[in-house]
Amino acid sequence: MKDFTLEFERPLRELQARIDDLEELSRKGKIGLEKEIVKLRRKADKLKLETYTDLTRWQCVQLARHPNRPYTLDYIDLITEEFVELKGDRNFRDDKAIVCGLARWNGQAAAVIGHQKGRGTKENLKRNFGMPHPEGYRKALRIMRLAEKFGLPVITLIDTPGAYPGIGAEERGQASAIADNLSAMAKLKVPIVSVIIGEGGSGGALALGVADRVYMLQYAVYSVISPEGCASILYRDASQASHAAEAMKITAPDLIDLGIVDGLIEEPLGGAHHDPGAAARAISETVTEAINELSKMSPEDRIEKRIEKYLRLGKWIEK
Amino acid sequence: MVPWFKRDKDKLSSQSRRNIPDGVWVLCPVCQVSLYHKELERNLDVCPKCGHHFRFPSAKYIDLLLDEGDHREYDAGLRSADPLKFKDTSAYTDRLAKNTKKSGLTDAIRCVSGELDERPVQLAVMDFAFMGGSVGSVVGEKLCRAVMRAVENRCPLIVISCSGGMRMQEGILSLMQMAKVSAALVRLSNLPQPFISIMTNPTTGGTTASYAMSGDVNISEPGALIGFAGPRVIKQTIGEDLPKGFQSAEFVQEHGFLDLIVARSELKGKVSSLLGLLQGEAVKPG
Ligand SMILES: [Zn+2]
Repeated sequence: MKDFTLEFERPLRELQARIDDLEELSRKGKIGLEKEIVKLRRKADKLKLETYTDLTRWQCVQLARHPNRPYTLDYIDLITEEFVELKGDRNFRDDKAIVCGLARWNGQAAAVIGHQKGRGTKENLKRNFGMPHPEGYRKALRIMRLAEKFGLPVITLIDTPGAYPGIGAEERGQASAIADNLSAMAKLKVPIVSVIIGEGGSGGALALGVADRVYMLQYAVYSVISPEGCASILYRDASQASHAAEAMKITAPDLIDLGIVDGLIEEPLGGAHHDPGAAARAISETVTEAINELSKMSPEDRIEKRIEKYLRLGKWIEK
Repeated sequence: MVPWFKRDKDKLSSQSRRNIPDGVWVLCPVCQVSLYHKELERNLDVCPKCGHHFRFPSAKYIDLLLDEGDHREYDAGLRSADPLKFKDTSAYTDRLAKNTKKSGLTDAIRCVSGELDERPVQLAVMDFAFMGGSVGSVVGEKLCRAVMRAVENRCPLIVISCSGGMRMQEGILSLMQMAKVSAALVRLSNLPQPFISIMTNPTTGGTTASYAMSGDVNISEPGALIGFAGPRVIKQTIGEDLPKGFQSAEFVQEHGFLDLIVARSELKGKVSSLLGLLQGEAVKPG
């Protein structure tokens, strides 16, 4: 994977580069550097903590979109003991911006569905940057129905800038496909657990995100419109995205406060890409625990609780 | 997610898409014919020359669809709570106040009960005049209550959409209204009570991608813009001009997502037919 440094990480990276240089010199035989190296390492640890503590919402957006961030297939690879990908919507084609399949997740058979971004230009074109067409949502729905038939829980991993805004997408009913998923997920008989692992981009994210339990990774974001989109409409200036991100309140702690998300899954310091294995273990445990708990309920109770949960969402004043 | 306001430069060209102005003459933006205001009004705000449907306010739809007599309006006291304390170039609370003053509405939907050809119905009508018909917590809650009234009273639900999508000023809570209304509709879908969705110009964004496309029967007025992404966003994304008629009701029907396109003058009769047939009535009404 290519190294990639975000603007706010630069001082930390520069310090680390200096440490690397000194270590290299020391290895090559230069003496008397040890004390300096230890000092700089301590400084780097402190700076790392400072850099990633109290991130602004815009910094979270950047981490959520970090090109080295683990994607759905990375987590499937790290978490599941077995995964069989199932392709196609049996109608039009296989949308590679969404991956679906059957998996063994902590010893539990389940359907896993997630948005899939690509790494690098070539893979990103194949995955359409994680922006699904209607057939992607219809594939997801097909697999949810399959899971329902065989009594398997559904796990969804959400990571998309949004549903694709294109001609073909409109021709094939993007709105209808999303609407169908919202209805179907509201009444699916099996447990549904969703985790926002990166970007939760609007209706394109929600179309996989109607669930009994919704969790968010620490640096993930979830919003009604991208900060850039919001800024270009409300501020008439896309460069005001950081302000829009602040105003819309899009981070995991925000969404927990608003009662939209059930829990935050901690990431390794600096983000999931610093230690994908640790992030994967945290996701795996949280999801398994949720499924175990949900499995104790009858399907009718689960659906009733799910619907009631969504009926409560919103804040209004009654005069 | 589409802007609910008009940019200044769009103001002139968009006049027709807003409610009919008070002047004596109105220019039809489609056939360019000058129309006498009173004549247009008599014709349900539809151009008598070319059939262009001007925007129609919620109050007029209520009168159009429901029989004369007792209408009861519900939940008119619901107001946005500004949950995010949202502020962009102006505060959300200021925008709400301004829109209330301008439109005479308290939010972008009105929910009433009444009779349609002597059948009790629940009717929810969105109104573009209030923040572009954008959906926030108030619209979501009012819609859900209308759904629940239809469930409790075992009567049909009719929703007329006119909306640019979810309301950015309520952030994620707006997005969740899509799931909320869809969840409420599950309860109605378990009963043999029709949900008729009527889309008017424009119906886009999360509104289309949730309840507007979920009707037992999906109807649109002719020429309405119906889609998920707004045309401007699509054009920007693909870097090409859009085909003629793209995202018009006729286009959406041609691609298989609309049951019917019905002119305003026929709307009540057609909905009445559907309700009668879906509910197995033996005799044609009227
Ligand atoms: Zn005309």
